[in-house]
Amino acid sequence: MEGLLLVLLNGLVYGLLLFMLSSGLTLIVGMMGVLNFAHASFYMLGAYFAYTISVGLGFWPALIIAPLLVGGLGALVERYGLRAVHRHGKLAELLFTVGLAFVIGEIVPLIWGRPAVPYRVPAVLDFPAFALGGINYQAYRLFMMGVSVAIFAGLYAALARTRLGLVIRAALTHPEMVGMLGHNVPRVFTLVFGAGCALAGLAGVIGGNVFTTSPGMAEALGAIVFAVVIMGGLGSIPGALLASLAIGFIQTASVTLDTPLGVLLGRLGMAVDPHGALAEITIARAAPAVPYLLLVLVLVVHPRGLMGARAD
Amino acid sequence: MADQAAPQTALLAGVPGRSRAWMIWLAATAALALVAPHLLASGFGISLLNRMAIAIVFALSFNMLLGQGGMLDFGHAVFFGLGGFATMHLLKLADAGIFLPVPLLPLAGALGGLVSAVPAGWVATRREGTSFAMVTLGIAELAVAFVVMLPQWFGGEEGVSGDRSAEPALFGFDFGAALQIYYVIAAWALLAAVLMWAITRTPLGRLTNAVRDNPLRVDFLGYDPARIRFLCFALAGLFAGVAGGMQALNDEIVTVSNIGSAASGAVLLMTYIGGVGTFWGPVLGAIVVTLLQMALGTLTDAWQLYSGLLFVFMVLWAPGGLSGIILSHAPLLRAGLGHRLLARYLAVVPAALLTLAGLIGLAEMAYRLQAVRSGGAPGRLFGFAVMPTDPVAWVAPTLLLLGGLLALRSLAPRARAAWQEAHTLLARGTPR
Repeated sequence: MEGLLLVLLNGLVYGLLLFMLSSGLTLIVGMMGVLNFAHASFYMLGAYFAYTISVGLGFWPALIIAPLLVGGLGALVERYGLRAVHRHGKLAELLFTVGLAFVIGEIVPLIWGRPAVPYRVPAVLDFPAFALGGINYQAYRLFMMGVSVAIFAGLYAALARTRLGLVIRAALTHPEMVGMLGHNVPRVFTLVFGAGCALAGLAGVIGGNVFTTSPGMAEALGAIVFAVVIMGGLGSIPGALLASLAIGFIQTASVTLDTPLGVLLGRLGMAVDPHGALAEITIARAAPAVPYLLLVLVLVVHPRGLMGARAD
Repeated sequence: MADQAAPQTALLAGVPGRSRAWMIWLAATAALALVAPHLLASGFGISLLNRMAIAIVFALSFNMLLGQGGMLDFGHAVFFGLGGFATMHLLKLADAGIFLPVPLLPLAGALGGLVSAVPAGWVATRREGTSFAMVTLGIAELAVAFVVMLPQWFGGEEGVSGDRSAEPALFGFDFGAALQIYYVIAAWALLAAVLMWAITRTPLGRLTNAVRDNPLRVDFLGYDPARIRFLCFALAGLFAGVAGGMQALNDEIVTVSNIGSAASGAVLLMTYIGGVGTFWGPVLGAIVVTLLQMALGTLTDAWQLYSGLLFVFMVLWAPGGLSGIILSHAPLLRAGLGHRLLARYLAVVPAALLTLAGLIGLAEMAYRLQAVRSGGAPGRLFGFAVMPTDPVAWVAPTLLLLGGLLALRSLAPRARAAWQEAHTLLARGTPR
């Protein structure tokens, strides 16, 4: 029972982190129709910036400065990169972000080296908040949860209650009409792109020290974030939340199960050779495939994703 | 640039004179493929040619989707790799004594590619555009996860390896020698390229182009765009599998890395750099990128970064790729307008070289800094002894880069204007 609670808590932390990444991306995709392939690269930059700042100034300044830096960088990329390739069409925009992800992935090890950097959880929060079934639960994870929830409350309030939020939501579905009404839609795009990148950067700041900060972190998480965004349905924030939490829980849970897949299939009434390849795979080893399996299943059953409004 | 429209005329021209030109091209290519290994009579040269041939088939199959169908497949290496595994398993059967002629084994790759592309395509081609790209990304991750999960079938980290020369000799050839396997690979490359070109001329090929340009209209004409995308996807998977089979015969090993995202990224890179708008663009890209990779790979650690920067440069300023650049200049040269461009283009060269030198200087300094930090020697850069830990050493490349960029800012628009002016003249039909 306590083990299950631990899995639920860890799944919640991981799911909320995924949502912090995917909420920014889903806004960008929904509004501009551009899948920002480099989104997870901004997550990585957030973690590395935070590491460098925390070495000099400590964790708390890094928590503020690093996301702002990443957001500013994102705004520059939108203004001088994406907007320039926009006239070549959607494919060119997507390819531009692919190239950007590739280049960032090469520059980061150039500056910080190939091995993981020692980015640590701040000492103030590095104590067990409570124990569950003999396992101490780190206070920093509670802090992560708190930050995530606070950000979403803030984001939701900004989108639902402010005038700018109204313009953004309108531009999500009817960008031309919003432009006709006299709003500077390109500037709104730059703002949203920058804000989305800043959110990814923030996720890097608070996630980089719990998971690892290494040059492979963008690639490892990037594909999962895309899976979340498509599963949730393009442009749908509630869909992204649902998909993030689902993938967070399922992946965390499946890592802890070491029942062989063959036994599971056997219980479902499928005959599996007890010494064959399938019988020996434990569910934990199959865990990396789970998000993508879910993605394919969702798309087969419901091509628009869980809550998607747009088909493409 | 204007090269977005030009490739379509190259693809769609169906006049008989064109076919004759193609026959000449084909004969010339075949002759070149026959004599090339004798011109480069070294082990390195032949292995370079083999890599090029494999890259050409892989890039052409990728362009069936990206260039001809407008589908960006982020997991194209899946079919390449699975085709390779299929070939390798048959090669191992042949090693065990079952009679299977080695030169025909890439057929197994074709089957492997097709069989894996059918379910993947069934899921992915229901969507188009960005969603299609993202779904293929998911499928690629799924495939990698499965391959890692099943070491009994895919050999885990070490991969699967075999020996192509272990079989009894076929007509006196055992295919162990580099030259013998080169001719097998070159023959497959030529056959696959001709078949892929032929497909562009079939009704399916033309419909694929139509689905890329206007799926709604194709739907109204009574064809199902998703079905056409699916057929195109399956065929592209088949040819990627052939390339994988060729690679399996060449390297005698297939690993997870042949399936992974790095391999899929590499094929996107070479196809786009060559140009997606023409049939022959990817061939050019495969040749150029393979050459760069082999040449720069021995010189510097930073070649991945350089090829990434080249890709971004192409996306931003030359979306037609190398073939697009050639196509947009060929008519100007033919009309005798070349001299109008030459001076302006030459003026850009020093500025571009300056920028490049600064960029390379900075990147190489950074790589050397990493080397010094991990206890290595800094080595020499452009013949100078450099000390990357000294901030002064960074000033020169930074100045070079900034100076080059400033010069480019004023010179590049002039070259562009000259190009546009020449095209206007050409359109008006008043050369000189």
